Amino acid sequence: MTSRSMTMIEAINDALDVMLSRDPSVIVLGEDVGYFGGVFRATAGLQRKHGKTRVFDTPISECGIIGVAVGMGAYGLRPVPEIQFADYIYPGLDQLVSEAARLRYRSAGEYTAPMTVRAPFGGGIFGGQTHSQSPEALFTHVAGLKTVVPSTPHDAKGLLIAAIEDNDPVIFFEPKRLYNGPFNGHYDEPAIPWSRHPDSMVPEGHYRIPLGNARVAREGQDVTVLAYGTMVHVALEVAAREGIDAEVIDLRTLVPLDIVAVEKSVQKTGKCLVVHEATRTGGFGAELAALVQERCFWHLEAPVERVTGFDTPYPHSLEWAYFPGPVRLGEAFARLARA
Amino acid sequence: MDGNLPRLALHVPEPRFRPGDAVDFGALLLSRAGEQLRPDETCAASATHGLCHDLIRVLGEDDLAHGPWNPALDPGTLIRMLRLMALTRAFDARMVRAQRQGKTSFYMKSTGEEATAVATALALADDDMVFPTYRQQGLLIARGYPLVEMVDQIFSNRADRLKGRQLPIMYSARAQSVFSISGNLATQIPQAVGWAMASAIRGDSRIATAFVGEGSSAEGDFHSGLTFAAVYHAPVVINLVNNQWAISSFSGFAGAERTTFAARAIGYGIAGLRVDGNDPLAVFAAVRWAADRARANAGPTLIEHFTYRAEGHSTSDDPGQYRSAAERTEWPLGDPVDRLMRHLVTLGVWDAGQQADMDAAVDAEVRDAVRAAEAHGTLGQGLHHPFRTMFEDVFETPPWHLVEQSEQAIRERRIKWPDWSDEGDVGERP
Repeated sequence: MTSRSMTMIEAINDALDVMLSRDPSVIVLGEDVGYFGGVFRATAGLQRKHGKTRVFDTPISECGIIGVAVGMGAYGLRPVPEIQFADYIYPGLDQLVSEAARLRYRSAGEYTAPMTVRAPFGGGIFGGQTHSQSPEALFTHVAGLKTVVPSTPHDAKGLLIAAIEDNDPVIFFEPKRLYNGPFNGHYDEPAIPWSRHPDSMVPEGHYRIPLGNARVAREGQDVTVLAYGTMVHVALEVAAREGIDAEVIDLRTLVPLDIVAVEKSVQKTGKCLVVHEATRTGGFGAELAALVQERCFWHLEAPVERVTGFDTPYPHSLEWAYFPGPVRLGEAFARLARA
Repeated sequence: MDGNLPRLALHVPEPRFRPGDAVDFGALLLSRAGEQLRPDETCAASATHGLCHDLIRVLGEDDLAHGPWNPALDPGTLIRMLRLMALTRAFDARMVRAQRQGKTSFYMKSTGEEATAVATALALADDDMVFPTYRQQGLLIARGYPLVEMVDQIFSNRADRLKGRQLPIMYSARAQSVFSISGNLATQIPQAVGWAMASAIRGDSRIATAFVGEGSSAEGDFHSGLTFAAVYHAPVVINLVNNQWAISSFSGFAGAERTTFAARAIGYGIAGLRVDGNDPLAVFAAVRWAADRARANAGPTLIEHFTYRAEGHSTSDDPGQYRSAAERTEWPLGDPVDRLMRHLVTLGVWDAGQQADMDAAVDAEVRDAVRAAEAHGTLGQGLHHPFRTMFEDVFETPPWHLVEQSEQAIRERRIKWPDWSDEGDVGERP
């Protein structure tokens, strides 16, 4: 299989193109996704290639977008709705939480809602409080939903194809700061393009990365970092610059979680740092910390550390003060090193 | 506050009659049967908008069918319709009794509204997809869903195909093209529109139908759904059953003091009809018109079924606490079962003896179904599903955390109920 270097946006577009070509039941819908190709260009060219009844614009109504996707799923289609920003997903929350997530259960398998809800998420582009949120914990808390967060173009394509082919509803959060480059947390340094990153090599055609399989982004001996999305790259950069022999686990899917990979790494290193960009209280990191202490307590040599966003809305001008960047991670690594 | 300006005053709607009040429905604008124009099914949506403030009626005071909306059904079809409505009513009566006897937790009757479900079912093709609310049991019965399975679901017993997971009456019947019923209101409206859009995307010929109450037409989902239906010209019929009451809140809390519910169609630019929901012939005619319109690619229709909820919202409320008992007896549009029966008698194809025989027969049919279902268990007396089924169907394949939790639940059962059979819980994982 030949590969070529792509940005994450190109990889997502390629995954959608592959699935629209392979499976006539796949439908892409959302605000501005049709003729224009999406505000981040994720669906560029897809309407022209696959037609207006396969890829089309919708009214500005997330409740309607998710609601019609449930009905399309019941008919037998495999809709891939785009929510323009994760911050806009809340009007569709009832349709996701009360309907899509429970349809298989409440109908004892008679009806299912096989949809993949794509939404750009996370900060780092000066989006202010309404274009920067990371609401993954709202979804990992819901029985019946799967939650996926890719961190590289290679993974984004393979995970998106697996999500679309999955028969359960999947929330697919795309770290928008990673769309055009592997952001390492140093906002004040020149941006790095994906073309210089090995994981930008994306195979042509169809391939899947199974949901529920984490990836070891960096092997190490001293401390395990559990991260996903943008924070994988930030953690890798801090470890590299400060010479920390960290094992960085890119979770890739939060539900179902690859608990075996987590246990294996923490049992080896004896220390665990949980990282996410979302707010701290009740975040997915709390679940990870609880699992690690429940299942790896006798291997731990230090308390599990959490590095997260602050419990405030995402500010505009103080974006980089909010973002859990190299300073916050460096402090946590130092605390763990002293333990 | 600026002393020169009038003080603002908040209007909180209040129904005209409360418990103990005498009732006078003289203010209701009720048109005469047969006088409403019937435009062609493929007309411009605006040609229906006069009907949104009118009331389509077929059965007159003389118990005969009148006017252009008369569907001219043959006596056999009318008798079948009558029987299905009577069967629905008998079913409701027995299920309330079963709830009072502790065989289940909850029930909701559809008394007085049988026509909105049964006549709709008969007006649609059997494979048109229906997204109902919890008060369309008549539609399920009309489509031939086995009564025993309905009772199994209500009793949440071992034979319940929904594995005892759903509140009673939240059926799911894929074989009958009936969608899984949600307790979250109006969510089915955009879903029905999405199903209809999918049918159109695929070049299918089946249409979708949804039901919603007047109360829950205030939900955003209703308006999102109508927007999508209008934008994509979706082949869908939205039935809004205006039974005047949402638990204890009268229709004024959904906007009825300002306009009709059918008139919502005007704002969306789609076809709208307002029909006497207690007139089975008018309901049949309106739904058939809208279904034919959708099937002809002429777009969606919103139908307001103007009816009256003759009983409480559910077994959990006493309507005597919030509305006048005289409303039911004084309701000017009568009772749908009674009206159809009188029509058949007036036509000379039915008599009191046949009616009595039919009432006895449908009651026996329901009684037999209840007995058969009781053998599969009741909510109160047990024969529930194995514990492991609690963890099935959350996902297509249960992840590790559900497997662990399933083992925990079965362990707890063995401690708490040591005599409970392991059958179904051992030997295989969910």
